[in-house]
Amino acid sequence: MAQVEETHLPKEKIENPRVRMWKMMFGRLFQNKLAVFGGVVTFGLIFTAIFAAWLAPHDPTEQNYSAVLQGPSLEYWFGTDNLGRDLFSRVIYGAQVSLQAGLISVGIALAIGVPIGLISGYYRGFLDEYIIMRLTDAMLSIPALVLALALAAVLGAGLTNAMIAIGLVLTPNFIRLIRGEVLAHREKEYVEAGKASGISDFKLIIKHILPNTMAPIMVQATLAIAAAIIVEASLSYLGLGTQPPDPSWGSMLANGQGYLDSAPWIALFPGFFIFLTVISINLFGDGIRDMLDPKMK
Amino acid sequence: MGEKMDAQLKVEDLHVGFKQKKSSVNILNGVSFQVYKGETLCIVGESGCGKSLTSLSIMGLLPKQGEVQGGKIEFEGENLVQKNMKQMSRLRGNDLSMIFQEPMTSLNPVHTVGKQVAEVVRTHRQVGKKEAYSRALEMFELVGIPSPAERLHNYPHELSGGMRQRVMIAMALACNPKLLIADEPTTALDVTIQAQILELLNDIKAERQMSIMMITHDLGVVSEVADRVLVMYAGEVIECANNRQLFNNPQHPYTQGLIASIPKLKEEKDELPIIEGSVPSPEKMPKGCRFSTRCPFAKQECLTDSPPLQEAEEHTVRCWMHTDRWEEMTPWKGVDEDGREATEQDLIRS
Repeated sequence: MAQVEETHLPKEKIENPRVRMWKMMFGRLFQNKLAVFGGVVTFGLIFTAIFAAWLAPHDPTEQNYSAVLQGPSLEYWFGTDNLGRDLFSRVIYGAQVSLQAGLISVGIALAIGVPIGLISGYYRGFLDEYIIMRLTDAMLSIPALVLALALAAVLGAGLTNAMIAIGLVLTPNFIRLIRGEVLAHREKEYVEAGKASGISDFKLIIKHILPNTMAPIMVQATLAIAAAIIVEASLSYLGLGTQPPDPSWGSMLANGQGYLDSAPWIALFPGFFIFLTVISINLFGDGIRDMLDPKMK
Repeated sequence: MGEKMDAQLKVEDLHVGFKQKKSSVNILNGVSFQVYKGETLCIVGESGCGKSLTSLSIMGLLPKQGEVQGGKIEFEGENLVQKNMKQMSRLRGNDLSMIFQEPMTSLNPVHTVGKQVAEVVRTHRQVGKKEAYSRALEMFELVGIPSPAERLHNYPHELSGGMRQRVMIAMALACNPKLLIADEPTTALDVTIQAQILELLNDIKAERQMSIMMITHDLGVVSEVADRVLVMYAGEVIECANNRQLFNNPQHPYTQGLIASIPKLKEEKDELPIIEGSVPSPEKMPKGCRFSTRCPFAKQECLTDSPPLQEAEEHTVRCWMHTDRWEEMTPWKGVDEDGREATEQDLIRS
């Protein structure tokens, strides 16, 4: 009690900068109600996808001819389809397919697009201007779904090939975005100051330019996940994605189309979940963008 | 500054230009000067005269189209022009450091300032993270950042402009450079902070026997910090003298004009004297003296003959006025030999 402080300055405990940064960022995220909603739904879907085997009351491929085209009930929460399969279980397993497709195809796009974009933007030159950019232009000039369709047709039907196709289709967007960001940042004084301090090109690209381009990359990635889910659903709808009897929201939608007037729930539930997933991921992505912006207070 | 000292940096007949599609434009035309150990050399001149290009050439940071077309840059006896990228990287930030004009944007917004200073230390010294941070802390104390230990963990946007410039200086000095190039270090700061930063640079220079090459267009700053002053005009050195001599006895009409255009407290004037016109563009350089088109004293030959750099008692100047030939030269008639009025075309170097 009687002890006197050694200095008159308040002895503030210095927080680890990383901890302080995360605190600051999550503070910003939690202020955004829509982003919180998006995040909760997104993580709920991820949880559902991971624990599908425990959550689904029925085998998603099991056919029960005594319960065909039944409406929602206690036994079959979302009803059954024309082959008597439990739609609730199929929607749960479909979440697996959709999220997988979204994450893996965007992962492929990032893995190819980020390094190409960084190198192309930083070093410029002939390769950048005349080869990489014109190639991306060519790819971007074809509608994404058409290109994915063509690629999936060449690679062959199936989920894996669909994901590769979607990943390739999404890549030029990332190359363009990252290259543009790098172009803006390579002229910034801190890059020149870094060069003037003797920091190597590689380190400048990885440690200084890349982190500064993270915010738009993250936003683009979340948007791309949503887009990839839609494209996968479309490919499955057209029969090039997930093959029956595996459940996919897209193929369920296609299947339900034939029963829209007699059994609308077949198309309704997968359609609703595509919508919910895409909008949640978009809202969450928006929140992440604000959270990552170091200049936002 | 009478006695000869060792030159830390010696720039000799430096020619720098920009490559264009077919031709190339020459910007620096035979720039020569020295920076002695432990002195502050100020380079002054208006925008576009090649001040910054000179410093970038020394650092080896010329933009892509820029090229050194001739001359030597000797730093500690080694010619920097011949060094490759890797060798230059080793020098930069280590023996040769630079502070930029804009402290607001010269720091990376996504890293803490401590991390950025520590990174420079780790780039050049074989030390661990902890040591690098303690070195950064030491530097923060040196440059007078209050509560330095806490500031290490701040992001650039959390600091004021003056603080950020101090961080930049800390970063530039972290590896004990022998030569510090400061490219308008105080232009973006307000006047009280300017004075603090200049004082800080002066103190550190004295303490560490470091040479400073400061680029500025603010003659007030020059008179305060410079040991010697180099005046550049359109890519050439036109005058070089020690601080007092230059301000008391400017020799070149351009320097005279610059000094005359500083507002003085004692005199009341409606209008400040100005130097008419602006720097000719590199493609339209006069054949003779580059200042001849704006010079109030120009004679006929000034337009066609390039004056040599006259050296006298530590005061060099590039002007015909200070040569023996001046008396014999034809007074300016505004016309050329054939009696035609000199057109702009005649004045331009082919």
